[in-house]
Amino acid sequence: MAIMTAAPAQWLRREADTSIIVAATIMVVFLIVAPFVLYPVFLEKALCFALFACAFNLLIGYVGLVSFGHALYFGWAGYLSAYAAKSWGLDPEFAVLTGTVTAAVLGVIAGGVAIRRQGIYFAMITLALAQMMYLVALRAKFTGGEDGIQAVPRGHLFGIFDLRNEMTMYAFVVVVVLAAFFLIYRIINSPFGEVLKAIRENELRAISLGYRTDRYKLVAFALSATLAGLAGAVKALVFQLASLTDVHWTMSGEVVLMTLVGGLGTIFGPIVGAFLIVALENYLAPLGQWVLVIQGAIFVACVLAFRRGIVGELASRLRVKL
Amino acid sequence: MFEILGVPSQALFGQLLLGLINGSFYALLSLGLAVIFGMLNIINFTHGAQYMMGAFVAFMLLQYLGINYWAALVIVPIIVGALGAVIERLFLKPIQRLDHLYGLILTFGLALIIEGLFRNYYGSTGQPYAIPDELQGGHNLGFMFLPNYRAWVIVFSLVICFATWFAIERTRLGSYLRAATENPTLVRAFGINVPRMVTLTYGFGVGLAALAGVMAAPIYNVSPQMGSDIIIVVFAVVVIGGMGSIMGAILTGFALGIVEGLTKVFFPEASNTVIFAIMIVVLLVRPAGLFGRSA
Repeated sequence: MAIMTAAPAQWLRREADTSIIVAATIMVVFLIVAPFVLYPVFLEKALCFALFACAFNLLIGYVGLVSFGHALYFGWAGYLSAYAAKSWGLDPEFAVLTGTVTAAVLGVIAGGVAIRRQGIYFAMITLALAQMMYLVALRAKFTGGEDGIQAVPRGHLFGIFDLRNEMTMYAFVVVVVLAAFFLIYRIINSPFGEVLKAIRENELRAISLGYRTDRYKLVAFALSATLAGLAGAVKALVFQLASLTDVHWTMSGEVVLMTLVGGLGTIFGPIVGAFLIVALENYLAPLGQWVLVIQGAIFVACVLAFRRGIVGELASRLRVKL
Repeated sequence: MFEILGVPSQALFGQLLLGLINGSFYALLSLGLAVIFGMLNIINFTHGAQYMMGAFVAFMLLQYLGINYWAALVIVPIIVGALGAVIERLFLKPIQRLDHLYGLILTFGLALIIEGLFRNYYGSTGQPYAIPDELQGGHNLGFMFLPNYRAWVIVFSLVICFATWFAIERTRLGSYLRAATENPTLVRAFGINVPRMVTLTYGFGVGLAALAGVMAAPIYNVSPQMGSDIIIVVFAVVVIGGMGSIMGAILTGFALGIVEGLTKVFFPEASNTVIFAIMIVVLLVRPAGLFGRSA
């Protein structure tokens, strides 16, 4: 596989770990200071997308599976989370849980279908499945069609913390996203993660070593879908809205873009990419349709000249793992 | 008029006709995708945008230069195909040795650029394109009314599909192409200019998409998102048929169009998801696709 990753040689391992601790510290400090400087809602949005991109990266960067339909889990988790909070009146933690579990179930089903084919077909299948569920969302009653589910109550977390307070909401998002991020980091560095990387490098060899690669792929797919769902479920509460935008194929493309810009197969890349693209879109919003053109141009430029992405490039310059 | 299974014949055959029309577009587009995939080993995500460009260039030729449908049928595939050849040289050639996924991402980016540009200038509402005078009106067949233009689209797409099949499977040029698909290095050693063949193949596949776009212009409105709407369905068609066989792509395209049309009659709610549902069933039963060789 010619996927560009910034994996350093074995002897770099010790320094690599220091570099990750340093980067993680910088990130945490930034997240503590940021809400006093930048709009908390902007940060919450960027964090949700960062988690979405990290979840996507788990699949593309570490298993070598290209899903072009991750909006399915992100968007549907958002719908269920919003519906649970609004129509069932669930507390936010249970609303988010409802959305996340929905994404997990969808991930197991869609993953089970998609892993039956490899490579380029896998991407087309995931895209087609996501489009199918987009059309379902468009027609289903509970999703509100074109209007979406609006005015979703944020409620009280554990019945105590009022999430209508923007800083409380921010803290909630930060805790959820960092916890999920840590989980992904642990997955990548677990024996399970090593098997995933082996499948990425050479699936046939992994099979010949006795690994049931289909099971590993399915579990990785389900994990990725679940975490993408977590991101979508939280985002629905942040914006108090679940809409068709989040299940549309353009959203699937956007998460590819974020991960690609930040760096495929890097740990911090998707986060950097997500913050950058969300900021860019906020900044460019008045330009209307040009956003599409600019996004497309970034895709093309990244593939032609910048395949390692920002963090991947940085890591290879500094010869560390990030 | 009479009824079949409780459905008026007019409605049944009307939808069947519409299904055949959609089927001809699916066939033309998946044919192009298959030809390009065979030679370049990439999935051309820009295919939908190039189909849309076909419709738009036909519209622009008529609007600004007064060039009619019949001339557009010839000129548009050449213009859009030539643009495709330029895209191949500028963007796809440099990445041909990389993983498949980069080709997919790159062509996805190009599709966004093209769609964005057209949306910018023409908005997202559709532009009308009149049916050419010669094909106005239709015939009453007794059990249904057959508009002339629709009959033309089906017949002409069938002709184009089989001409393409013949060119690839039965001519000398086609045999070069198939040989280069199997083993480009060896074919090059025989003195055939494979890189030029790759460029021309891409241009040809794109030209097919543009031709489908011209034919679609009078049926659907000419709109910037017409490409992205159809391309995902065509991907599902390609997954169902498998890209190994030209004839397979043609048959699958037409068959799925008919199935979609019938679904519209009997279960209207499921009509736009039925192809995806069939894709799931095919993947569970025959993962390699109906005409595919297992990977």
